[in-house]
Amino acid sequence: MALPIHASPLERVWHYCFLTICVLIFAFLIFPILIILPLSFNAQPFFSFTSEMLQLQPEAYTTKWYQEFFTSLNWQGAVKNSFIIAIFSTLISTFLGTLAALGLSRPDFPFKTTIMGLLISPMVVPLIISAAGMFFFYSRVGLQGTHIGVILAHAALSTPFVVITVTATLTGFDHSLTRAAASLGSSPTNTFFKVTVPLIIPGVISGGLFAFITSFDEVVVVLFVGSYNQRTIPWQMFSGIREQISPTIMAVATILIMISVALLVFLELMRRRTERLRGITPH
Amino acid sequence: MADAEAENEVITTADGIPLKESLKKALWERKKTALLLVAPLFLFVMITFLIPIFDMLIRSVDNSIAQQQIPDVVVEIQKWELDSTELPDEATFQALVKDFKIGAKAKTISRLGRRLNYEQSGMSGLFRKTARKIKKLEAPENATEAMIAIDKKWGKLDTWRLIKRESGKYTSSYYLAAIDAQKNNDGSLSMKSEDRQVYLKLFWRTLRLSFTITFLTIILGYPIAYLLSTVKTKTSNMLIILVLLPFWTSLLVRTSSWIALLQKEGVINDILVGIGLLGDDNRLAMIHNETGTIIAMTHILLPFMVLPLFSVMKTIPPTWVRAARSMGATPFTAFVRVYLPNTIAGIGAGGILVFILAIGYYITPALVGGTKGTLISNFIAYHVSTSLNWGLAAALGSILLLIVLALYILYDKVVGINNMKLG
Repeated sequence: MALPIHASPLERVWHYCFLTICVLIFAFLIFPILIILPLSFNAQPFFSFTSEMLQLQPEAYTTKWYQEFFTSLNWQGAVKNSFIIAIFSTLISTFLGTLAALGLSRPDFPFKTTIMGLLISPMVVPLIISAAGMFFFYSRVGLQGTHIGVILAHAALSTPFVVITVTATLTGFDHSLTRAAASLGSSPTNTFFKVTVPLIIPGVISGGLFAFITSFDEVVVVLFVGSYNQRTIPWQMFSGIREQISPTIMAVATILIMISVALLVFLELMRRRTERLRGITPH
Repeated sequence: MADAEAENEVITTADGIPLKESLKKALWERKKTALLLVAPLFLFVMITFLIPIFDMLIRSVDNSIAQQQIPDVVVEIQKWELDSTELPDEATFQALVKDFKIGAKAKTISRLGRRLNYEQSGMSGLFRKTARKIKKLEAPENATEAMIAIDKKWGKLDTWRLIKRESGKYTSSYYLAAIDAQKNNDGSLSMKSEDRQVYLKLFWRTLRLSFTITFLTIILGYPIAYLLSTVKTKTSNMLIILVLLPFWTSLLVRTSSWIALLQKEGVINDILVGIGLLGDDNRLAMIHNETGTIIAMTHILLPFMVLPLFSVMKTIPPTWVRAARSMGATPFTAFVRVYLPNTIAGIGAGGILVFILAIGYYITPALVGGTKGTLISNFIAYHVSTSLNWGLAAALGSILLLIVLALYILYDKVVGINNMKLG
């Protein structure tokens, strides 16, 4: 949005005011995330900068919070649980969600809106309500405080993301491709694996990533459906913030930010691949 | 003209089945395949999610505890009227002794005491005391006197009115409690006294904070969504990372960074003191109150506003505003009359989305809200895990669910759930 040459002085002033406002809002968005990185190296167990840190004295910085994260049994158990729960719930939700999306995107699917609404309801219902409902029900059937309980709960919460992403991929799907394959003598199974799958796989992978992140980040349901033995990284952070506040949380937060940056890059690459395959160039 | 005869005949497929039937069959086959593909997920979501939610709705009216713990009393007390001025008859008291003996042995009777204590304080104590003493009572001839001897409250009409009132299979008392109302012993309804009202204020605070947060995300999201939609694609691809990175960063990471920033010994207070704007002894209290909840949640929910706004603004051709300007509109008029009305759909979509998310937020208010900045969800959590008043938790949850569903239907009207996009 370049300023036109004929802009009046008032417009010029407003233009720069507007840009300043935007810079400030972007700063508001990103500053709280960036601030965590230096704080995680604080030698003092505070959540703020010490004057030694501002003078850039090397002894004011430390990696001991990272060491604590990598050696503490509490945190290592949390990392293990987080991955176990996220991987299994992602497998369940990606498999079931992709199947359902394939069915839902068929043109003559009956009661589409109602069923779609029910299937994505776990995404809409506030987490505290899902958590309370699951807590009551899962404790009744003996799933409360088990890994299976948490995995099932997370799978339910993350299926909407898979359904939505894969359905979106399928709406852009050119059905003449499968017909072309069939006319060339390919069996339906062969067509599915050789034509359909390569085209929808980016959607499935990004749906799976959404599912993974949903489970990896989720804390409310883990707090209720799980117990100490199912503690995940967010669970441990939540109780850490509530009980004794230690900069280890900042170190963990930094590692999590790195993971989200990696995911963001990966998703962007996936998006470009899809566009390239479809022959759509970004404009 | 040899074909004229064939036209009257039913058209069949190669195997002799009428075409219509064959087509119907083929269509049904396709529908069946589609349904079969969706069925596993549908069953899964049903069992792991929808039934638990339904179970919670049932729990909010469930009152089977009375029939489980004092089954004989429940039967006997049917004959007794709420407006009666006399105590229930001896048979009821005999039933009470019998039920209490069984319940005290199984150590379950105090649950009913806890349940009735929600309605009237002192009931839990009465039940515990009676359960302790009932063991020594050997088949009394006059159960009425024996029970009153254990505790005078058994001789009070109010105790019996409460038991009679809460002897049904279902109860509305959790919902009444959730809106600060109460059932009086004569069966009439009334609001609790002003100083004992908790939940109406809490619902009001939840709505007020959610509105404030939604409003702030619109104010902050609109300019940057506009900027993103007007710069070159390359620049906007770079800038949108600044929106997507917070979006993808763990909720707890963002909440803990706001604790680091806002607390008394935190970064912002340190800076303000450092540059001399603030004395060291009057640091700002920006956390563990409403301000903390509003700031942190606005930050966390801002991407949910920017992304829908951006996708709407991208579709508005810049020529429209230019056309308005060329015909003499001031920049302000051109914005208000041409640009703004075209972005209303985006504001609506983002606004409802942020509001739905804000109204049910739990983690952030729990960590930065203190006591003044907590929302309805924090009380639901409190009743589930601390006070163990699950019926009330379920009732509060059901009311919240109702509000969210209403908003969701509104969202569907504005955006359409089938158009929901991610990232």
